[in-house]
Amino acid sequence: MTTVGQGPPRTLDVRQLPSYRYGPGSLMWWGTIGLMLIEGTVFGLGVMVYLYLQGNADAWPLDAAPPDLRWGTTNTAILLLSLWPNQRAKAAAEREDRAKARFWLLVCLVFAAAFLAVRTLEFTTLNVSWTANAYGSVVWLLLGLHTTHLITDTVDTGVLGALLFSKRFENKRFVDVSENALYWYFVVASWLPIYGVVYLAPLL
Amino acid sequence: MKPSPAAAGPARLRDGPLGEPAALAALEAAWRDPPGFMGMLRAIDHKTIARRFIVATLVFFLLGGLLALLMRLQLARPGSALIGPELYNQLFTMHGTTMMFLFAVPVMQAVAMYLVPLMIGARAIAFPRMNAFSYWIFVMGGAFLYLGFAMGAGPNVGWFAYVPLSSADYAPGKGADIWAQMITFTELASMLVAVVLITTIFKMRAPGMHLNQMPLFVWATLVTQFMVLFAMPAVMVASSCLILDRLVGTHFFDPAHGGDVLLWQHLFWFFGHPEVYLIFIPPLGFISSIISTFSRRPIFGYPAMVLSLVATAFLAFGLWVHHMFATNLPEIGKSFFTAASLAIAIPSAIQIFCWIATVWNGRLVLRTPLRFVLAFFVILVLGGLTGIMLGAVPLDLQVHDTYFVVAHLHYVLLGGGVFPLFGAFYYWFPKMTGRMLSERAGQLHFWLFFVGFNVTFFPMHVLGLHGMQRRIWTYPAGLGWDGMNLMATLGAALIAVSVLVFIANVGFSLRRGAMAGADPWGAGTLEWSVPSPPPAHNFDRIPVVHGSDPLWAAAREPVCVSGLAADAREVLVTSALHARPESRPLFPDPTAWPFVSALATTVLFVGSVFSPWAVVWASLPLAIALIGWFWPGRRDRARSMALEQRP
Repeated sequence: MTTVGQGPPRTLDVRQLPSYRYGPGSLMWWGTIGLMLIEGTVFGLGVMVYLYLQGNADAWPLDAAPPDLRWGTTNTAILLLSLWPNQRAKAAAEREDRAKARFWLLVCLVFAAAFLAVRTLEFTTLNVSWTANAYGSVVWLLLGLHTTHLITDTVDTGVLGALLFSKRFENKRFVDVSENALYWYFVVASWLPIYGVVYLAPLL
Repeated sequence: MKPSPAAAGPARLRDGPLGEPAALAALEAAWRDPPGFMGMLRAIDHKTIARRFIVATLVFFLLGGLLALLMRLQLARPGSALIGPELYNQLFTMHGTTMMFLFAVPVMQAVAMYLVPLMIGARAIAFPRMNAFSYWIFVMGGAFLYLGFAMGAGPNVGWFAYVPLSSADYAPGKGADIWAQMITFTELASMLVAVVLITTIFKMRAPGMHLNQMPLFVWATLVTQFMVLFAMPAVMVASSCLILDRLVGTHFFDPAHGGDVLLWQHLFWFFGHPEVYLIFIPPLGFISSIISTFSRRPIFGYPAMVLSLVATAFLAFGLWVHHMFATNLPEIGKSFFTAASLAIAIPSAIQIFCWIATVWNGRLVLRTPLRFVLAFFVILVLGGLTGIMLGAVPLDLQVHDTYFVVAHLHYVLLGGGVFPLFGAFYYWFPKMTGRMLSERAGQLHFWLFFVGFNVTFFPMHVLGLHGMQRRIWTYPAGLGWDGMNLMATLGAALIAVSVLVFIANVGFSLRRGAMAGADPWGAGTLEWSVPSPPPAHNFDRIPVVHGSDPLWAAAREPVCVSGLAADAREVLVTSALHARPESRPLFPDPTAWPFVSALATTVLFVGSVFSPWAVVWASLPLAIALIGWFWPGRRDRARSMALEQRP
């Protein structure tokens, strides 16, 4: 943009500016970061509650076998792998390649479906009910919180995917695809400490 | 960047330096909220939403005040049987909950929601629909609490709802559940507003307004909203765990099954102490604005002021254990928290000295807003002194749970929050309504409030030292408490009269007050450059800023931005640090989706109090509402495509 003389007062003319931008140039990026800070704090507090209760207990886990590692670990692997299609979707979106973005979002959805299916198995192999004791309560809380994020982000990805197929699409929606991937990174990153607490801490 | 035909097209009406009537009319039409009842549900203008938000919080302030009057009536004389113990428990719970969650924290956000875009030279607030959603959520949450109270299911467990008192065993009925879900409502609203304000402040400042040229009120708001992001989740986690314990049989706070009651206190106060600063820091911004204007000079020591705000915010997160000195925590930990509690006096003192220096070097104009600010100094210093006393473990143990603490917290919260808020109200009322509040009625309001406040709360220090406990519903005669309790009740009546004077002043001035004009106080910040009340689009021309207090500086070129579409909601987004123009996105039109989504959220939250399955089935309408919100309309898309220009 330039400053041009248009009659007497000189002005800052902005008509040539783009109507959207990626990353920190977009409001959506800031909104997503804000939500990540809130939810990151929630996860952090959840982990603190777990460690606090563990610190108070004589033996841990309380009257229960530790959760089976099988499904939780499988899911960790699936989640880490899901970073790859998300990264591809993000890159395609930022190149404004609609067909590729569409394709990679669909791959993301396949991963999300796999993840949610394995998550239901995870709940069956925790070896404790939330009503048994405080240990059971906090394990279910952590897993429940994270699952809520998975479900919402899956629905989110699905709706975005549908929009990419729709006639209502416009290029600024590529920004949403890019931020959706950023949020998915966060959901993956926040899983790792939760995995460590839920599955590994009882073994120590 | 390549110009596209759509953007460079000559047909489009654009804003500019000359303010052609056609362009201004188009701007007003593009930004106006729709008319009628349906239009009311669709409104998203930050000024409309903020005005409603402010009114809603003030209504809650009045309700909370009425509850306090009832309590004072009951305590006016010993052995009174006016109000029974159960209702009394509900009264103090509702009073504290209302004042903290439905008045003091949200009112500060609501004022910021109105002022921040005007102070930074923006046509709108970021995410205007989410902003409207927050308002609806807040109102519905507050209404839920009061509906429960009116139907006999008021919470009676204190505004902090300590377990085990608030557990299902000791607090049967729905009161504590309603309290816990009210927390979820209001904190959700608060956190979303925080995201809205942070994004607005970082990305929507007028070109040239560097971070270090923002008005101090904007800084105070920014700092506060970051505190909201980190503090509010703690109380949401706590209240969610509480409701899970009560409704689905978890054991977070149940020692018989490995839970812990102090866990509640940690979570609650990790939020609860920063909350005091959520109430206290925005008024620091009010005070800086008012002192600067009425001293006729920029604030002394701007960098020190900003750093003090940030330091206060950090320290505020290291104080929560000083609410728990009477628990069995390790002594070494308590010593640490004593030191941290005393350390917060340092940034507070720096700000007070900067204000004194500003006043000292300025030409003081004593008007009602300044009176309230000067009262703040007196009352907050008294509250700060008792705060230092309470920060010391031995003294705290002596007066814990007595009226000494009640006196302290009211000196801090009313002195630090309500006095500056009234000052701010007198100061910005002309901007919001176009009319001045009466100065004479303002003085009457001020003196009645100042005297009434001290008559009410000063005796409580002494009552506490004489051993009167908090939250007792009555007391026997002959303990030496009678006279001071009667005095406190008389003071409360004075406060009530002062608030009536205030309401009458507002009612009268709205119709008959003197016309304000754009800048009745001769202030220096951007909100005073636009008409009072501001047009729907805030600024006919987006200013280009060349320093702080732009209205006090000589005009420099370029004076303003040109080239934004006048017939569409186009805004200017600038870089976070230096406010360099980056893009000109199109903002969304008014819509009822935020209202519908808030209704669906309310069904989910309220339903969950009665059946945990509500979380499952009510998420379906909520998801539908949110998708409807997101899905672009045909007209929106057409307009957006016409203005689209790729980066």
